[in-house]
Amino acid sequence: MKCGGKGSLRWGAGLALASLLVGAGAAYGEPNDNKLVIDGQTLTTEAAAPEGVELDKLYSGWRFRSPETQELQTDDFENPAMVAVDQGAELWGTVDGSAGKSCMSCHGEAEASMKGVRAGYPKWSDKRGKPHTLETQINECRTDRMEADAWKWESSNMLGMTAFVGLQSRGMPVKVQTDGPMAQWHAKGKELYFTRVGQLNMSCANCHQENYGKMIRADHLSQGHINGFPVYRLKWGGLGSSHRRFKGCMENIRATPFKRGSDEFVALELYLASRGAGLSVETPSVRN
Amino acid sequence: MRRSVALTAIATIGLTGSVFASQIAPENVTFVDDIEVPISLTGQAGDAAKGREWYAGRKLGNCLACHATTDLNELPFHGEVGPAMDGVADRYEEAQLRAILVNSKKVFGDQTIMPGFYVVNPGARTAGDFQGQTIMSAQQIEDVIAYLKTLTE
Ligand code: HEC
Ligand code: HEC
Ligand code: HEC
Repeated sequence: MKCGGKGSLRWGAGLALASLLVGAGAAYGEPNDNKLVIDGQTLTTEAAAPEGVELDKLYSGWRFRSPETQELQTDDFENPAMVAVDQGAELWGTVDGSAGKSCMSCHGEAEASMKGVRAGYPKWSDKRGKPHTLETQINECRTDRMEADAWKWESSNMLGMTAFVGLQSRGMPVKVQTDGPMAQWHAKGKELYFTRVGQLNMSCANCHQENYGKMIRADHLSQGHINGFPVYRLKWGGLGSSHRRFKGCMENIRATPFKRGSDEFVALELYLASRGAGLSVETPSVRN
Repeated sequence: MRRSVALTAIATIGLTGSVFASQIAPENVTFVDDIEVPISLTGQAGDAAKGREWYAGRKLGNCLACHATTDLNELPFHGEVGPAMDGVADRYEEAQLRAILVNSKKVFGDQTIMPGFYVVNPGARTAGDFQGQTIMSAQQIEDVIAYLKTLTE
């Protein structure tokens, strides 16, 4: 049983270190009942399903991970993502670009100014005439306001910053706008979620709505929420964006993925955020 | 649509007049009542031992990803998305097993998550390398059927 190389069929393969605990054919079933408490703060890992979402209940992806993986997220000293968060914190105060500014110059302490921000993204931007993800919003500040270079989507700087900004909303409920100008983006995301793609001819819903809670080979299927992103994946050995995860899921069913930051993935991100409305922001979470 | 790729391949096979001469192309498989494919895809008997390998192989059937199978207990990670395969040969005739493997959607309906293993470009955006390709070859399907027929209880 080797893991395939890049581009090969790996659905259900993975390293799944934690899932090694689950024996062959074990009926693992439901999410586990563990409580997510970080630094004395209890996070909401289950919530009533928002209207129009065909799930009995929402469960954070954390609830489907093994106790060992779960534990890494309950203690910031053990959470491997915190190295990147520290990098983000440092960048926050670092002057960059010809305007001679840092994020701090305009936003002050992130703990105050960025509180709650992650919970509301993607967010409509009049200026762009389309939604901003946290990534594009940060890059707008960098290019237009700092006169600095944009960061690449999956660069360590961007991941560190989105993790650091996201952390300021940890414990707050996800709540995105889905009406007004966001309505058509939401509808597009929903359509993509239910469209079967790839040689394996599956939709996101086939796995994450209809079969969550079950084992698919070595993986315990979650509802596929994005409240923990960017997440630290043990398999990646680092942080990754939600778009990276979408891409991986599409590749596993042998579909040509959309590009990170594409309109399709932004729409999907919005739709997924709305499906997880009410769950706590867990950024930065840990997954296998 | 890149069907032409597959069609060309079939045409070539047809011309060689070799042992594959009777291989049935994905688009030519005949279903009876949507639940049976009575005629072998290759005219060659399946090899159960090979079928067992394809069944477990992540890049081929990967059946184990969704179906727990006691006969394969030496391997870890049996999925539970579909029913356990123990005793499947007692539940289905060969022709039905072939129909399920070729195109599960015909048998179980469009909603099933189980992929069709002998259909071409079923989903949108099929990745380049896989366009025009079935997940398994006709002979591999026959091999897996032979393996499934050993799963009696
Ligand atoms: C020159 C001042 C300036 C600098 C420097 C700056 N920003 Fe901004 N930023 C703004 C303004 C103004 C807005 C509000 C934009 C709007 O509402 O359209 C904003 C908005 C944001 C938002 C969205 C907040 C929300 O409530 O939705 C984020 C996130 C953000 N900035 C992050 C950063 C980061 C990270 C940096 C450093 C890499 C940075 N900004 C640098 C001025 C700045
Ligand atoms: C073949 C089944 C399958 C399909 C289809 C699939 N995924 Fe996944 N996905 C997985 C598995 C397995 C994991 C890892 C375990 C888990 O969290 O479910 C995962 C994880 C995720 C996660 C991370 C969840 C978390 O808590 O960290 C997201 C987000 C996600 N998928 C989104 C999608 C989207 C969007 C689609 C459709 C484009 C999709 N998936 C299609 C199997 C699938
Ligand atoms: C992604 C998951 C998945 C994969 C992979 C998969 N199946 Fe299935 N299979 C299912 C589901 C789910 C059902 C139940 C039918 C339904 O209601 O959708 C099923 C049903 C079946 C049945 C009927 C079983 C019964 O007892 O009624 C057979 C036979 C079968 N599959 C064989 C296979 C074989 C052989 C492979 C590999 C070549 C395979 N399946 C791969 C999900 C899968």
